[in-house]
Amino acid sequence: MLNIEIDGKQVEVENGTTIIDAADKLGVAIPRFCYHKKLSVAANCRMCLVQVEKFNKPLPACATPVADGMKIFTRSKSAVEAQKSVMEFLLINHPLDCPICDQGGECDLQDIAVAYGTSGSRYTEEKRVVFNKNIGPLVSTDMTRCIQCTRCVRFLKEVGGMQELGLIGRGEHAEITAYVDKSVDSELSGNIIDLCPVGALTSKPFRYSARSWELTRRPTIAAHDGLGSHVEVHVKNDRVMRIVPREKESINEVWLSDRDRFSYDGLNSPERLTKPMIKHHGEWHETDWKTALEFAARQIKETVEEDPAGLGFLVSPNSTMEEGFLTKKIAKALDCGNVDHRLRRSDFRLDGRFHGTPWMGCNIADVQAMDRILVVGSNLRNEHPLLTQRIRRAVANGAELSLVNPMDDDQLMKVSHQAICSPNDIVNVLAQILKAMSGLQRLSLCLPKSISDLLEGVVVRENSQAIAESLAGHGKELDLINPKSALFLGNIAQYHPRYAEIYTLAEAIASLCGATFGVLFESSDRVGLDMVRVIPGQGGLNARTMLEQPRKTYVLLNVEPEFDCANPAVANAAMEKAECVIALTAYKSSALDNADVLLPIAPFTETSGTRMSMEGRVQSFTAAVKPLGEARPAWKVLRVFANTLGLEGFNFESSEQVKAEMFGGEKPSTVVWNRLNNNLRILFDVKVLEKTNVLQRLGEVPQYRMDSVVRRSSPLNKTKQVSEPVAGMNAKLMTELGLQQGDIVVVKQGIGSAKLKVMLDAGLAKGTVRVPTGYDLTSSLGELMGEIEVTKV
Amino acid sequence: MSLHKTPVVADLSKQTLVTLRTLSESQDANPGNLKNYEKLGGYAQLKRIVTEKVKATDIITEVKTSNLRGRGGAGFPTGLKWSFMPRYFDGTKYLVCNSDEGEPGTFKDRDIIRYNPHQLIEGMAIAAYTLGARVGYNYIHGEIWQDYEIFEEALDEARKAGYLGENLFGTNFCFDLYAVHGYGAYICGEETALIESIEGKKGQPRFKPPFPASYGVFGKPTNVNNTESYASIPWILQHGGQAFQDLGVPNSGGTKLFSVSGHVEKPGNYEVKMGMPFVDLLEMAGGIWHGRTLKAVIPGGPSTAVMPASAILGATMDYEGLSKAGSSLGAGSMIVMDDTTCMVTALKRLSYFFYEESCGQCTPCREGTGWVYRVLKRIVDGEGKMEDLDLLTDISNNISGRTICALGEAAATPVLSFIKHFRPEFEYYIQHGKSMVTGK
Repeated sequence: MLNIEIDGKQVEVENGTTIIDAADKLGVAIPRFCYHKKLSVAANCRMCLVQVEKFNKPLPACATPVADGMKIFTRSKSAVEAQKSVMEFLLINHPLDCPICDQGGECDLQDIAVAYGTSGSRYTEEKRVVFNKNIGPLVSTDMTRCIQCTRCVRFLKEVGGMQELGLIGRGEHAEITAYVDKSVDSELSGNIIDLCPVGALTSKPFRYSARSWELTRRPTIAAHDGLGSHVEVHVKNDRVMRIVPREKESINEVWLSDRDRFSYDGLNSPERLTKPMIKHHGEWHETDWKTALEFAARQIKETVEEDPAGLGFLVSPNSTMEEGFLTKKIAKALDCGNVDHRLRRSDFRLDGRFHGTPWMGCNIADVQAMDRILVVGSNLRNEHPLLTQRIRRAVANGAELSLVNPMDDDQLMKVSHQAICSPNDIVNVLAQILKAMSGLQRLSLCLPKSISDLLEGVVVRENSQAIAESLAGHGKELDLINPKSALFLGNIAQYHPRYAEIYTLAEAIASLCGATFGVLFESSDRVGLDMVRVIPGQGGLNARTMLEQPRKTYVLLNVEPEFDCANPAVANAAMEKAECVIALTAYKSSALDNADVLLPIAPFTETSGTRMSMEGRVQSFTAAVKPLGEARPAWKVLRVFANTLGLEGFNFESSEQVKAEMFGGEKPSTVVWNRLNNNLRILFDVKVLEKTNVLQRLGEVPQYRMDSVVRRSSPLNKTKQVSEPVAGMNAKLMTELGLQQGDIVVVKQGIGSAKLKVMLDAGLAKGTVRVPTGYDLTSSLGELMGEIEVTKV
Repeated sequence: MSLHKTPVVADLSKQTLVTLRTLSESQDANPGNLKNYEKLGGYAQLKRIVTEKVKATDIITEVKTSNLRGRGGAGFPTGLKWSFMPRYFDGTKYLVCNSDEGEPGTFKDRDIIRYNPHQLIEGMAIAAYTLGARVGYNYIHGEIWQDYEIFEEALDEARKAGYLGENLFGTNFCFDLYAVHGYGAYICGEETALIESIEGKKGQPRFKPPFPASYGVFGKPTNVNNTESYASIPWILQHGGQAFQDLGVPNSGGTKLFSVSGHVEKPGNYEVKMGMPFVDLLEMAGGIWHGRTLKAVIPGGPSTAVMPASAILGATMDYEGLSKAGSSLGAGSMIVMDDTTCMVTALKRLSYFFYEESCGQCTPCREGTGWVYRVLKRIVDGEGKMEDLDLLTDISNNISGRTICALGEAAATPVLSFIKHFRPEFEYYIQHGKSMVTGK
């Protein structure tokens, strides 16, 4: 520890601390532009120059490590002179167009200029002009305002993983630009808007729509992935104008994914449902709440009288815990066990075998401290944009990342080992890794007989061996209390038709090497909904069977069957066949053409509730804006619906009361920590299938097509991440099938088919055809993974 | 080969040739070829220290005794710099030669590469042996392409003759040396920008510390010296550090190459003993041309302060001599100006150079150099205001000492010194809208 003095105040800091960090700790404000605590030090803006005793020149506080006994003066004559001179330099070429600049009112340059600038300028020469760049649909540029601090450059390189912006040119001609004719396509690109200390990079969707001082800021929790990022909703006239991150070091740090930042555009979509609607003779009619609810209740009662199993409740995995809890409670009261929220899952063979609720297995912040990580079946950047950046940091710090995937998409970080195999082969590869792991001398734990028998015939390939050795830490001492290794299962694993085998083998691998083991959930409340048992009750049907064996009446909570279910063709057929579909939805679109009643509910910014992130953190939030039109928070709709059905025990006055009942009056954290458990209570009997040569589909949900809100965000859907769906295959498969890039093929899966363009996807595993879901064009196809036929047109 | 022109350096007899010593032996079109250099005892020192396994500390002591100071401009004692390199390091250490002389009026390293490349190679190899560097780079200014090719040829010769490469002289000493050429950016002569450039990045200085000795090329310990410094090493080892020191004056050992340009009869490179009186050097260069009188001299390159005739006439050409006279030795790039020179337009031209060459990384230099140039241009265009002179001084003071690298000071020094010594000329220009000297 070092003792130093800043402006006469004593402070003790750790070795290696910079002056600026020490000053921040002490609460002494030092002006800065290029310095950012989460980025590397550039020391280029020179705004943080301070006077240090025994140095004749002012030193940059951001780049100067403190020494014991150092005396620092941030407000001395020499320091202030230096700071003022830098301020003058920064302003001479700045356009000073604050009145027409979106950054105005929340601009570092403006704020610091008030403190360090003068009211007039000595600069009478012509100002520099820099042409703007079109870097995509999310970030707007006004490059003349740029002060070349390079925060954006460093962010994209160090956090985003790819340097999509750079400083070209010398001297006054230096300018920030993207690659020639390229946009900034990072899934974290919006963060450069927050980082930019001036108005050079601003939000394109928000541009010119409000001034920062007109906005009311309300905190809430992001709703599009399992992270539960802390966000602030900026509201004007009861309309969400934009969403920005709130700092939460243990979750999202200071960042936000583009999905969470720009999804708000979907909240203001023209497709928003603002009045209850009933379909009569094939025509939609607006109605009032009472009529709609009574209509729906009548349908339900009729079905229940006949057979309660004729009902099916499908709940979006992004619903709040309260919404899920009430749905389940209604179903239970109606004696119906057909409730599920795991809509994209196709394998439910593990149901009933768990000790508790599956979760991520560790804390989000633990990820970057890992030494070794194995991810099975995940296109990380697509599924978990922000969590991936923590893995990237772990890798940058020397962690070994291994992947088992059906594709070789660039995760913008070093992958130490990987096995690229067709979806079907994932089980085999895991068996190989498990065998290799059990063969490593130090790991002599006994495997259950069913598994060790299974491994006998398995031949371990080189990369599987390498993955096992990496995860086992190359023979290093393992820390079983605070594991430095992790094994995560991603979407491709979870939605796999043989998830039970994958899970069982992965759990065995993790337990053999003492790795933390968990599941990365793409939806914002998968853990919470599992915990409040929004899963089939005794004898109830799961999401898959509920659709495969059509019900008479469905209740959909924020579900668009053709986009949100594992098998859109089957889901559509079931909706078509049903006598009545009651949809609680925020939107009216063709996705709900088969519905009979539409009940307008409030999306995440218009309701209160609770979500549990994938690390098991319970986070409650309140509404940021009033519900649009006659839309109402879903928990209220469900509560009144239960009343209309004449059910007992639904007299909740607030979502907090629902929450209290949900947790049985206990502290949520107590309930949660007793329940989170990834271990299997009853082992699953794994069978390794024979290899087949049948083509396999790899169906992925593109990140901006994953729920009803992001699907309607127009800026997100203009990005490179969203494009017309194609049939991707590697060069070898294209040759085998006699296809060329651009050919039109018919892909057939189960009962449906789609006409798609062929596109080279060089990193795909052999025998694999990648066809995304979440689009109209592919909504007639079947499950995300499984056999697929491709025929040239 | 036709690239080698017959040397234009006249009157070798009055010079003391150390780094250009091949010129004294030969009037060959290619004096620096391997055979000529070997005749002078070339590579014998390298062979001796490598085969006799001379201790690195002994070599450093010899260099310290010689009082060789960095010839790139800063004048940092070379022996001391060498002692900063970590002795024990698990990994590759690097050696870099800075031949990126890019300041107007600087052309001495060019002649070492052109006429005596092997002495530079030997000097670098000796340094590599001493510092334990496995790989070396000579970063050559991008605008002297022919000399880059000459150096590549010399490297070829040295490799074939067994002076570079693996297991030299049958020992386990290995040293690979490569030529790297820049693309003409002045900033790449700043050692950390040069390192960035070698790494394939945009040439921008790094902030220091860490210094190259601990974090240099590819983040590894690196020693960076100027061409002339390295080229002095073989001579020092051959004749002893004391002999080198004795050539010069206290605190400035050896000889110095002066690139004399401007209004003299015989511009060119002159290698003379440190401490030579300015008037002798001027005489050697044939005196002021056309029989005119001396007005001012920039003694060490545009980044050193300009000196009026009165200040330089009594000065000696060494670190302390010039420092006492109010400027500095710099890289020894002496620009001589006669009485027809308009100091306002001269400064405008110099400031344009720094404006063009600022890397743009840090604020004071990026913004300040352009501001200075624009104000000077306005003055030359006849639209100056009297307060501009104070403004120029202010801007320059605000750049100086507040930047990442020394380019800030380099840009500020000429402005401050020109205005200090020739203020009336600037005032005249502003009042009359034309030059006091040329009348235009």
